[in-house]
Amino acid sequence: MNIFGFLGQLFAIALALLLAPLLTGWVNQCRAWLQNRSAPPLLQPYYMLHKLFLKDVVLAHGASPLFRFAPFVVFGCMVLACAIIPTLSTDLPFAPAADTIALVGVFGLARIFISLAAMDVGTAFGTLGGRREMLVGFLAEPALLMVIFTTAMISQSTSVATIVETLAHRDFIIYPSLAFAGIAFTFVSFAENARVPVDNPATHLELTMIHEAMILEYSGRHLALIEWAASLKLYAYSCLGLALFFPWGIAEGNSVAGLLLAIPVLVAKLAIGGALLAVIETINAKVRIFRAPEFLGTAFLFAVLGLLVRLLLETQS
Amino acid sequence: MPALLPIDVLLIAACAWLAIGLAGLAAPRNLHFISKILFPLGAAVGVLAGLTSLRFLGSGAETAVLAIGLPDLPFHLRLDNLAAVFVLLLGFAAAGISVFAAGYFRKGEGAAPGLMCLQYHFFLASMLLVLLADDAYAFMVAWEGMALSSFFLVTTDHRHAEIRRAGYLYLLIAHIGAIAILLSFGVMTAGSGDYSFAGMRAQALSPFWASAAFLLALAGFGAKAGLLPVHVWLPEAHPAAPSPVSAMMSGVMLKTAIYGLLRVSFDLLGEPLWWWGVVAMSVGLATAVFGVLYSTVQSDMKRLLAYSSIENIGLLAVALGLTLIFHAYRMEALAALSMTALLYHCLAHAGFKSLLFLCTGSVLHATKERSLGKLGGLIHRMPWVAWLALAGVIASAGLPPLSGFVSEWLLLQSFLFSPGLPHPWLNMVVPVAAAVVALVAALAGFAMVKFYGIIFLGQMREEALKDAHDAGPWERAGLLWLAGLTLALGVLPTAVISVIDAATRQLLGTGLADKVREHGWWLLAPISPDRASYAPLVFLAVIAAAVLLGRQLVHRLYHGRLRRSPAWDCGYVFQGPRAQDTAEGFSQPIRRIFEPMFRMERHFPTIRDEKPYYSVKVEDHFWHWLYLPLARAAEWVSRLIIRLQGGRIAIYLLYSFLTLIILLLVARP
Amino acid sequence: MNTALPLSTQLINLFAAVVLLLAFAMLAQRRVLPLINLFALQGLTLCLSTLVVAFTTGQAHLYGSAALTLALKAVLLPLILHRLVRKLQVKADVEGLINVPTTMLAGIALVIVAFNVALPISQLSSTISRGTLGIALASVMLAFLMMIVRTKAIPQVVGFLAMENGLFLAATSATYGMPMVVELGIALDVLIGVIILGVFFFQIRDQFDSLDIRHLENLKER
Repeated sequence: MNIFGFLGQLFAIALALLLAPLLTGWVNQCRAWLQNRSAPPLLQPYYMLHKLFLKDVVLAHGASPLFRFAPFVVFGCMVLACAIIPTLSTDLPFAPAADTIALVGVFGLARIFISLAAMDVGTAFGTLGGRREMLVGFLAEPALLMVIFTTAMISQSTSVATIVETLAHRDFIIYPSLAFAGIAFTFVSFAENARVPVDNPATHLELTMIHEAMILEYSGRHLALIEWAASLKLYAYSCLGLALFFPWGIAEGNSVAGLLLAIPVLVAKLAIGGALLAVIETINAKVRIFRAPEFLGTAFLFAVLGLLVRLLLETQS
Repeated sequence: MPALLPIDVLLIAACAWLAIGLAGLAAPRNLHFISKILFPLGAAVGVLAGLTSLRFLGSGAETAVLAIGLPDLPFHLRLDNLAAVFVLLLGFAAAGISVFAAGYFRKGEGAAPGLMCLQYHFFLASMLLVLLADDAYAFMVAWEGMALSSFFLVTTDHRHAEIRRAGYLYLLIAHIGAIAILLSFGVMTAGSGDYSFAGMRAQALSPFWASAAFLLALAGFGAKAGLLPVHVWLPEAHPAAPSPVSAMMSGVMLKTAIYGLLRVSFDLLGEPLWWWGVVAMSVGLATAVFGVLYSTVQSDMKRLLAYSSIENIGLLAVALGLTLIFHAYRMEALAALSMTALLYHCLAHAGFKSLLFLCTGSVLHATKERSLGKLGGLIHRMPWVAWLALAGVIASAGLPPLSGFVSEWLLLQSFLFSPGLPHPWLNMVVPVAAAVVALVAALAGFAMVKFYGIIFLGQMREEALKDAHDAGPWERAGLLWLAGLTLALGVLPTAVISVIDAATRQLLGTGLADKVREHGWWLLAPISPDRASYAPLVFLAVIAAAVLLGRQLVHRLYHGRLRRSPAWDCGYVFQGPRAQDTAEGFSQPIRRIFEPMFRMERHFPTIRDEKPYYSVKVEDHFWHWLYLPLARAAEWVSRLIIRLQGGRIAIYLLYSFLTLIILLLVARP
Repeated sequence: MNTALPLSTQLINLFAAVVLLLAFAMLAQRRVLPLINLFALQGLTLCLSTLVVAFTTGQAHLYGSAALTLALKAVLLPLILHRLVRKLQVKADVEGLINVPTTMLAGIALVIVAFNVALPISQLSSTISRGTLGIALASVMLAFLMMIVRTKAIPQVVGFLAMENGLFLAATSATYGMPMVVELGIALDVLIGVIILGVFFFQIRDQFDSLDIRHLENLKER
C-alpha cells in the first residue's frame, strides 16, 4: 500500500460523497421532465442537505440513543461501500477489507440499523416501515448474493477489483450468464433503493411507503445524513452495476492520466444510467406490497438461472 | 512436582465441577454461598479448561485410562485437537454462563439452589467427559449423564404441567437418539467386540455397513442437535428451562452432537462416501429453512431463539455435508475451507446464542414476561442488556463485523468452489444450495430485527414494564464476557483460524492456517487476496472513522442543537403502544409468503363481532405429519397388547409355562 | 477455459440464454398481450441464433429455416394471436393454477434436470452449438410447464408454440437443423394448428362465455 494508492482511495471516497447527491438530483430532474413537470434544479439535493443540517434536531420523546446513533452508522456503512467499489480505479487499498460478500453484509448492516431505528420511537408507521424494509431486504439480499456468485464464478474471485479486472481488461468474451445476472441485479437495485416498482421515493401516502415510513421521525442533521446515505446507496449500487456489467473505462493502476480519463467516463455512465432509471420509473407502476415478493423472487430466480447458465454454457471447454 | 499434562488438567477440571456440584448439596438452601461462591468457582474452572485446551491445540493426542466403571472396562480418555476445539468452546462459554448464573438464580424459584448447582455442574462435567471419551462405553455413560442432568435442569420448575411435558419429550427423543448412537457404535465395532475408538478406527467397514453407521450416527446425533424431523423437543425444552440452562444447552450441548458427528464421520469411519454429504446437506438445508421460518413467526422470545438454534444447526449440517462431499472427492483444500467454516460457526454460535439466551433471562427476571407481545421499550430501562443484546443480534443475523458473519463468509466461499466437483449433478445442485443458505441468512436478519425491535425498542406495551430494572453486576459480567467473545471472533478471524486449524488438519490432513497467516494478522484471505479477502478491523475502522468524522464535522460546521417533542407519525393523534406492530403483526409478511410451510389456526374479525379480535396460532407441520400418527400407532399397539393382560394369575403362569415349552422345543442343540 | 470458445459459439450461447430468459419471462408473465410479444421476441432470437449458425457453418438451408422462423414465429403467428385476442375480447389477466414464484421454482428444478439430461447427449454431438442443447431441452420443458399451469386457452396455445421453439433450437444445436422438408411440414402444421385452435376458441367462448379451459371438465359424461 503506497501513499499514492491511499490518496486515490480518499479521492474516490470524496468523489462519492460529492457525486452521490448530484446523481439523485439528476434522476429527479429526468423524472420530472419525463412526467411533464417542471424540474427542480440539478443541485437541489445539496440545498436540501444544507438546509437540513442548519435545522435543529427535533427528537421524539420516546427516542433512545440507538435512534440517534443509527444515522451515523448507516452513513458510515455507505461510505465504506463506496470505498470498496471500484469507481475510477481498481487499485484501492481499502478494497481487501471487504469483498463482494462482505459488501452485501455492509448493506445488510445498514438495513438492520435503519429498521431498528424505525422501530425505536414506537409509532405505527415506523414499525410498518421497518417490517416492510426487512421484507424487501430478505428477498433482495439472497438475489444480490447470487448475482455476485455468478460474477465471482466467472472471475474466480469475490474481490470486486479482481472481477472488474477480469471483465474489463482481459479478452472480450460474451457471458450469457451475465445477462441473467444483470437483469436480476437491476431488479434488486430498484428494490434496494426504494424505487418505483417496489417503493416510491416521492410518496408520503402511508399505505404505499417503505423507506419514507422508516425515516418519518428523523429531522435535522439526522435526516440529512440518512438522505445523504440514501444517495450514497444509489451511487454505490449504480457503480457496482457499472463495475460488474459495464466495467470498461475503470483504470487498472493509479496513474493520474488513467484517473483523469476515468472520471468523465464514470460521469457519462452514471448520467446514462440515471436517465434510464428515470425512464423505467416513469413507465412502470408501483406494485402492491405483496407483489413485491414476486418481483424480487423473480430476481432471485433469474440470478440462480444465471448461475446455472454459467455452469452449463461457460464451463465446457 | 511433575508437569501436568493438559488431559490431566481437564480431568481435574471435570472433578472440580463435580466437587462444586456436591458442595452445593452441603448447604442446599444457602443461596448466597451457592451463587456467589460456587458458581464463580465453576466459571473459573471453565476458564481453566478453555485455557488448557488453547495451550494444547496443535500438539499430539494424549490418552489416559481411568479405572472406574465396570471391572475390565475402564474409561479410555483421549484429548486430541478436535476434542480440544470443543473443550475450548465449552470452557469459555461455561465461564460466561456461570458468571451470569451467579447473579441469576433467586430465592423461591423452582428447585432448591443446591440441587440446581449439582445438576448444573454435573451437566458441565459430563459434557467435558463426552468430549474426552475414547471408547463407546465412556462416551455413552457421559452422554446419558449429560441427557439426564439437562433433563433435570429443564424441569427445574416442575410444578408446571407444560414444563414437565417438555422435559418428558426431551428425554424421550434424547433416548431414541442415544439408541441410534449406540447402534452406530455397534456397527462400527464390526463384531470385534472392541468398543474403544482406536479399535473402531482400525476396522475397515464395507460401504454398506459404513453407510449404516453414518446414517445411524446422523439420526442419533441429529436428535440431540435438533435436525429435522427430530427437532421438536428443542422449541419446547428451551423456553421451559431457566435461561442459563437454555444458554448452555443451545450454545454448548448442541455442539457436542456436532462434535459426535465429526468424530464419527471423519475420524472413526475413515473414508466417507460422497452421498453422505448430500444426505447431510439436504437435511441441513431443510432444517435451516424450517428453523429460520419458524423463528420469524414465534411470539415467545425463547422459542424464537430456540428455532433460530435449529436454523444454525441446519447451517452446521450443511457445512458438514459440503466438507464430506469435498473430502470424498479428495478436494482437501476446499474441504479444509468448509471445515473451518463449520468449526468457526460452532464457536460463533456458542458465543452469540448463549448471549441472547442470557439476555432473555435478564428480561424475564426484570419483567416476568416471555411473550413478545407484552414487552417493548426496554432499552430505556435496561440499557446494559439492550446494548449487549445488540451485539448478539448482529452476530446472529450474520452481519459484519461480528462473529456470525465470518463463518457465513467462509461457508459461502467454499460454496463458490463447488462447481469444480467432478460429479455432473452435484456441481449444478450444490451451488444452488448456496442460494438457499443466502436466503436463510437474510431471513435470520428478519427474525433478529423482530426479536430486538419488539423487546427492546418502541413504546412499552405494558404499564408494568416501567418498573423493569437492569441486570445486576454478575449478570452484566457474564453478558460482557460473551459479547467480548463474539466481538473477538468477529474481528480476529485469522487468529481464531490459526487456533482451530489444528482440528481441521487432524481430520483432513490439511489446514488453512499457513495460507491465512501469510497475509498478516488483520487480513483474512483463505485462498489468496486476489480471490477473496475480508479484513474486519479495517472494515470497522472505516465505519468508525466515518461515524466520528461525520459527527465532528457536522457539529463543527453546523451545530449540535437538539430538542424533544412528541413523535410526528404523520400527524396521527393516537400514538399509544397499541399502534405499534405486535409480534404477530411483524411476521405477517412471512406467514403470507410462506403460507404452505406453516400450519395455522387463524381467527379473523368480522364486521358483526361485538369484540373483534384477530388471533393466529402457528403450529409445526411435523406434529401432525409424523408425531401424532406415531403416537396413535403406539397407542394402537398398546391396546393390542393390553389384551394379554387378563389380570388373572393363572393366565400369567400359563404365559410363562408356554414360553418355557416353546423355548425348550426351539432351542435344542 | 473461456477463451477456448470461438466468438460464434459465444454468440450462439448468448442467444440461447436469451431464449431461456424469455421462456422464464413467459412463465412469469401474467398478461396475455405481453405474453404474445415475448413469444414473438423468442422467435426473433431463435432466428438470429440460426443465422449465426448458418453463417459460421455455411449451411445454406439454415438461412431458409431462419427466414421461415422469422416470418412465421416472429411475425405471422403473433399477428394472428393478437387478432384473436382482440376479436375474442380476452380479459387481460392470465390466472395460473399455481402462483408465479412456485412455478418459477419448479422451472429452476426443470432447468437443472434438463441440463443434466442433455449433458451426455451434447457430448456425443460435434456441432459448434452443442452446448445449447440443455437450454433447448429446458425451453421445451418450461413451455410444457406453462401449458400445465395456465388455465386460459390462449396462453396454452402460446405454450404449445413455445415448445416448438424449443424443439427447433434443439434441432439446430444438435444437428444443424432438420431437413428442409420436415421443417416446412412442421411450420405448416403449426400454422394450421393455430388456425384450427382459433376456430375452437370461438366455439369454446360461444359455449361457455369464457376461454377458461377448466370449463371443458364439464364436458365429460356423467
